[in-house]
Amino acid sequence: MSSPTLVRELTLVQALNEALREEMRRDDSVVVLGEDVAGFGGVYKVTDGLLDEFGPARVRDTPISEAAIAGVGVGAAMTGMRPVVEIMFGDFLCLAMDQIINQAAKVRYMSGGRWQVPLVIRTTLGAGRRIAAQHSQSLHALFAHIPGVKVVLPSSPADAKALLKAAIRDDDPVIFFEDKLMYREKGPVAEDDAAIELGRAAVKREGGDVTIVATSGMVGVALEAAELLSLEGIELEVVDPRTITPLDIGRIVESVRKTSRCVVVDQGYTRFGTTAEIAASVAREAFFFLEAPVERLGAMDVPVPFSPALEDLTIPSPETVVACVRELVG
Amino acid sequence: MIFDQTEPVDERDALLLLYRQMLLIRRFEERVMAMYARALIPGIAHVSIGQEAVPVGVCSALRADDYVTSTHRGHGHCLAKGARPDRMFAELLGKAAGYCGGKGGSMHIADPETGNLGANAIVGGSLAIATGAALSAQTRRTDQVAVCFFGDGAANQGLFLESMNMAAIWALPVVYVCENNQYGEYSATTNVTAGDLTARGAALGLAAAWVDGMDVAAVREHASAAVARARAGDGATLLVCETYRYHGHGMSDPDRPYRTRDEEEQWKTRDPLERLAKTMGERFGLDPRELDLEAEIEAELEDAVAFAASAPYPEPEEVQAHVFADARS
Repeated sequence: MSSPTLVRELTLVQALNEALREEMRRDDSVVVLGEDVAGFGGVYKVTDGLLDEFGPARVRDTPISEAAIAGVGVGAAMTGMRPVVEIMFGDFLCLAMDQIINQAAKVRYMSGGRWQVPLVIRTTLGAGRRIAAQHSQSLHALFAHIPGVKVVLPSSPADAKALLKAAIRDDDPVIFFEDKLMYREKGPVAEDDAAIELGRAAVKREGGDVTIVATSGMVGVALEAAELLSLEGIELEVVDPRTITPLDIGRIVESVRKTSRCVVVDQGYTRFGTTAEIAASVAREAFFFLEAPVERLGAMDVPVPFSPALEDLTIPSPETVVACVRELVG
Repeated sequence: MIFDQTEPVDERDALLLLYRQMLLIRRFEERVMAMYARALIPGIAHVSIGQEAVPVGVCSALRADDYVTSTHRGHGHCLAKGARPDRMFAELLGKAAGYCGGKGGSMHIADPETGNLGANAIVGGSLAIATGAALSAQTRRTDQVAVCFFGDGAANQGLFLESMNMAAIWALPVVYVCENNQYGEYSATTNVTAGDLTARGAALGLAAAWVDGMDVAAVREHASAAVARARAGDGATLLVCETYRYHGHGMSDPDRPYRTRDEEEQWKTRDPLERLAKTMGERFGLDPRELDLEAEIEAELEDAVAFAASAPYPEPEEVQAHVFADARS
């Protein structure tokens, strides 16, 4: 008899920190690089204490040079390391675009499979922290558009730990987006070494009336909406793809075939976004099962405004999800 | 790899090897031009004729397990680091036997066996990658060195400063080799570049030197010192090698309207092959042009082209392979 696995309540920050620690203990080639990740422990404290345990050769503060942080990560990954680099805010990925899109994503293919880039780029997404247009975007769809890079969107501390472990062990470049509003949220996390295979969706709540496909922090929004609608007798099934590259469209379609209605909820800009890609796939794969058009709720197509009075209008909320579902089943 | 670096090489033999390697690159690229003119090579290609002393001089200081990154004008770097002409030509023709299975082409030749992290078609795109390879070598405690070849154009990219800054603060075993061939595409370097390029490295505390990039012996000497410094853990170097691109930016630039023929003739009086031949004559009474090198190299390249021409193209199913490690993704 093996002893039962201990499950603790951890914040997202603690779960990510635990994943990093465990992977660094497991594999000497895992190193952490980024702005203020060593001495300060990261602006959100995700890398707190790693310097003490693993030393300055494996946990390095970098200059504020996002392009070089990403590029150095690529070069180190090609030559035997498994770097986990932090780009402090997802918006700052824009400074590293060439190194991610033209370098990291293409090395394996351009070299005919002879080099690989086992690199993880940890960064943030999400509005709602009142930090305006250059610190609040959710840019994951930009990278999901590019062949050769994987995109991970954890929605809970438990998933975050297991997905980060999988990302670090993965032999391809992975961009790991953390919702900055979720960092202090707690959830049960098992004290084990399990990794979640990238490309496996999870059903976060079962229901028979409408499928809500939700990503990252929008899973929590969808679950709140589900509680509200359940009081009215409408049961939502909440499916979290967990990664959008690879995308487990099969699991999503399976749910829609059961419910025949679908709303896709994501924090990225709506136009040409994650919701559009998933909605198009659902519309095609579940065409004969659908009783209504697939609806999309994304971020409003405006730069994220500073004023709380305006910012809250730009991202999906439990209320907007509820309104959308009522219309869909009405 | 030009020398195995495990034992001292007789100077006369060394110079002869350097001469042969430069001649191989020149004849290789002359064939590239001829094949391109006959529409045998798809796409675009950039030749480095005139610049051969830089890759040969630098790679003569490297071991097989040292890393290099190269550029869109990279045939010379790849050959000098040990690539085989037959697989190079196969890649240029888009054949399955090419270094990248035909997926990279002229601008993306990469080869783990010779430490070639890849030629890069983004100007300055490999500055940080080479820096990362050096960080990896330092972290893994190997004594490998990474060399980044790049042009004067790349020195105006932000990554040039970002990368050299990281190399300086962490004393990384990297050598930045700027090939200043006087032109960034169709613009004279002097029109678009402020100040002295070596000063950019020196300002960050790197060892930095101006090098006569038409003199393979001088390049070799500077590179050997830089590589020794890097291997010893004493940090990074910037070498700015003054050289000249005899031909246009690419194959679609035959007339070079942005410069004079007179200027080109002036530079050709400093030709690296002629110069080395003269040195060898003076020092050893040996004229490499009188040896059988030309015939040997012609035969090697003839065989290489024949191999590439007769090699099969990749199968259609290859188009979706190597996007990810796991084809299912």
